[in-house]
Amino acid sequence: MNNQNEKKELPENYEKIVNKINSIFSTAIIEKKFDRGELTLTVKPEFLIPVAEFLKEESELKFNFLSDICAVHFPKEKKFEVVYNLYSIPYHHRLRLKVRINEGESVTSLTRVWSTANWLEREVYDMSGITFDGHPDLKRILLSDDWEGHPLRKDYPLSGEEK
Amino acid sequence: MTKTYLEHTKEIIMNMGPQHPSTHGVLRIKLWLDGETVVKSEPIIGYLHRGIEKLAEYRTYTQFMPITDRLDYVSAASNNLAWVQAVEKLMGIEVPRRADFIRVIITELMRIANHLVWLGTQANDIGAVTVLLYCFREREEILDIFEMFCGARLTLNAFRIGGLANDIPPGFKEKVKNFIERFPKYIDDYERLLSENRIWLQRTKNVGIITAEEAIDLGLSGPSLRASGVKWDIRKSNPYAVYDELEFDIPTGEVGDVYDRYKVRIEEMRQSVRIIKQALEMMPEGEIRAKVPRIIKPPPGEVYHSIEAPKGELGFYIVSDGSTMPYRVKIRAPSFVNLQALSKMIEGHLVADIVAIIGSIDIVLGEVDR
Repeated sequence: MNNQNEKKELPENYEKIVNKINSIFSTAIIEKKFDRGELTLTVKPEFLIPVAEFLKEESELKFNFLSDICAVHFPKEKKFEVVYNLYSIPYHHRLRLKVRINEGESVTSLTRVWSTANWLEREVYDMSGITFDGHPDLKRILLSDDWEGHPLRKDYPLSGEEK
Repeated sequence: MTKTYLEHTKEIIMNMGPQHPSTHGVLRIKLWLDGETVVKSEPIIGYLHRGIEKLAEYRTYTQFMPITDRLDYVSAASNNLAWVQAVEKLMGIEVPRRADFIRVIITELMRIANHLVWLGTQANDIGAVTVLLYCFREREEILDIFEMFCGARLTLNAFRIGGLANDIPPGFKEKVKNFIERFPKYIDDYERLLSENRIWLQRTKNVGIITAEEAIDLGLSGPSLRASGVKWDIRKSNPYAVYDELEFDIPTGEVGDVYDRYKVRIEEMRQSVRIIKQALEMMPEGEIRAKVPRIIKPPPGEVYHSIEAPKGELGFYIVSDGSTMPYRVKIRAPSFVNLQALSKMIEGHLVADIVAIIGSIDIVLGEVDR
């Protein structure tokens, strides 16, 4: 892939991001991974809002664009990963922010940091059943209100009854 | 005691859609109206939900390709491109240059076709029926080119992980060249019909304004964001395929109203012509497919790849567990996120303006509902 080869300065740049966050929230990051040209930071759920606000406001980072929110279910560990794909329009860099929660736990809503989060979090709630604290209007978005279950959980059958 | 007329008025709630010709599919908007003015609104979606993300978990990477066609069915090749590039990034596959150039030509033609459908329907919604006929006439030529290339006209499914299914047939280059030489003249025709048309201006100027800050905050992308003056195009900022070797400009608007969004898309068609012209000249001979294992089995890991689709940032987030089927696929559909800005845009406008504004953000419900 051309874009991977070209952005050689990226890892360096990403190292800077990690150092910046570490300098302010020394205990927030529990895992960092640089893979396939993309940086993933896993933070503790209680640090989500402060880290997100920092990433958005910091003048050298400016992650002002929330691309996407996604939830991934790991039924064996009874865990969910909520994944935030961030982008910075001024600097053209990307970052993946993650929080790990147990089944049944909720995440703080990011709607007050990025308004985009409103619908994206509703979709995550609809599809995976994760609730977001502080969301202004958390209800189903794609499925009808009386739908039972959350289809993108791994224990939800593709069709028919689960055997 | 006689009550005046004004005291009798109250806020009413009205549904627009889901079966409404100008909501471009099955979109329903719940409107709180004060007379004819929109006080508040709430788009209600999901009528076309097919569970595509769930389906992806039960299909191999190759089998999922034709389903991506059904996301944004007006620009199917762009969806294909985003998907194959995401999987290629996941597996670390290098695509032959010739394949990359052909991909660029096809997706840029798709962008023109998409903008033509948009322009035609938008003008039709606002009341200029002629433009629709003109736009679909030219789109037909593009669909003929696609048919020549891969046999399909709408859902191409012609890209493969690692390259293309087939090389371009003989006579393809000439056909494309012939079309893009004539096409700019047609764009001038559309502009002559609309750009200074008094009715068009009254319906679009200063309607549905959204500022750059609001637009970024709401996650708008693509032409709808650029119309607000934000110069962000993924083809330039994070180039994929061979866009870094091609010369083109990013058109932007100033006000961020319906008219600017129209202008940006018109200009984008001209830029696409420029891109195709260069790509045709620069396209080298050679392989069209990289050496790819017979069974696609990406190593465990995750990847997010996004491209500049005609409607905005189209991204695929794939989690692989090392098996032949993806563990999780999340589609970042531009129409879904862009639609969120609708409420903000139509607030305070008349009911008749809603039609113009929905059209201007260019949504496709196949992609919104997935």
